[in-house]
Amino acid sequence: MNGVHDMGGMHGMGAIHYEKNEPVFHARWESRVFALFRLTRAWNKWNVDVSRRQIESIPAAQYLRMSYYERWFTALGELLVASGLITRAELVKGKRARGSPKATPPITAAQVASMPSAAALARREAPVAPRFQAGQQVRARNLHPVDHTRLPRYARGKLGAIHRDHGVWAFPDAIAHFLSDKPQHVYSVRFAARELWGETASPRDAVYLDLWDDYLEPA
Amino acid sequence: MKATRRGFLTAAGAAAAAQDHVHAQGHDHDHQAVPSDLTLRVKSLESLLVEKGLVDRAALDALVDRYEHAVGPRNGARVVARAWVDAGYKKRLLASAAAAMEELGFASQTGENLVAIENGPKVHNLVVCTLCSCYPWAVLGLPPVWYKSAPYRSRAVIDPRGVLREFGLELPEDAEVRVWDSTAELRYLVLPERPPGAEKLSEEALAALVTRDAMIGVAKVTLPQAGGRP
Repeated sequence: MNGVHDMGGMHGMGAIHYEKNEPVFHARWESRVFALFRLTRAWNKWNVDVSRRQIESIPAAQYLRMSYYERWFTALGELLVASGLITRAELVKGKRARGSPKATPPITAAQVASMPSAAALARREAPVAPRFQAGQQVRARNLHPVDHTRLPRYARGKLGAIHRDHGVWAFPDAIAHFLSDKPQHVYSVRFAARELWGETASPRDAVYLDLWDDYLEPA
Repeated sequence: MKATRRGFLTAAGAAAAAQDHVHAQGHDHDHQAVPSDLTLRVKSLESLLVEKGLVDRAALDALVDRYEHAVGPRNGARVVARAWVDAGYKKRLLASAAAAMEELGFASQTGENLVAIENGPKVHNLVVCTLCSCYPWAVLGLPPVWYKSAPYRSRAVIDPRGVLREFGLELPEDAEVRVWDSTAELRYLVLPERPPGAEKLSEEALAALVTRDAMIGVAKVTLPQAGGRP
């Protein structure tokens, strides 16, 4: 999706504001949103790409205006309703519907430290052959999917070289829709800064992206 | 449900700028731009989910506590300091961060998707996530607001030297800047250069010098008398 979340290379976003001795959370509600988001995912009703897709679907103007955890909170409400864990009415009222069953939380306080990471959940053991080898020249495909993808706009159509093979992973463009995993290799691909940004970029600099097989073609 | 706020902020651009301005204050007014009812709405959702048995309140507390107190940049600093004092360890870390983390006693899944990238006199690495906020939680904790913000995400890839300059780091023209955009589930940890003059420091003292910013790649590690943050 050519959304506003795909920010690499954009201008006009202003100066970087650095906060000294920044706390982990700026308010209690942020920490609660963070924890709610993490713990409800343990129901396995969605994966990390489904939740990213949900955040990316926030209309651009709102996305830019919202703080980080406000985006999480907005996405969480929608994910909970879409997955059937709660109803829209429950979300709005903040009250459990009369007669609705009471579940048992999947994660206890003692299990918090050993929850699987998004990486563990996305890695696949499938015996898929790599299409490319380290050192090989590749071109990022000129794709413009209308939905979730992890191929940033700024790299599309650009020439790079395979730096390293990271093994086999589930394909985000598919699992964001609960479709089959489409397991495939992910590679670290090196793009010269000048290939991406033109003559004014340093001839020495480079950007490395982690890209799935389906995002690449031989060059 | 956000009608009040929409009415208040008429243009997204102005609003985004306003929020950036708020962030510039750099203290607990930071999130003043959020709707005043957000605290209540989050409380309400938490109560609902607890009431329905979908989450356990003690687990919520434990998770928050974990990221406020247990998981953070001190983990990454231990790894960096060990790599500085033990060349064999550094080699293993660069080859397989997962195994190297386990060597230091971290749980086996801590470094599972971690990739360590080494700075040198002519190579400087910088980590970003242009699409969202991917960050090596296991070794650095949760990312700072600036890392997740539009200005950093948009500019780190197109103007890394300008970004570094804003962080007070001027790189020589003949150095190579490598920007790592975390587009998949791999997570990057910058192994900064050991500061000159630190040869006699213990591993523990070295770890105390290593900052979060140096492990993201927006700073170098310096000795306190050379202007480094204590």
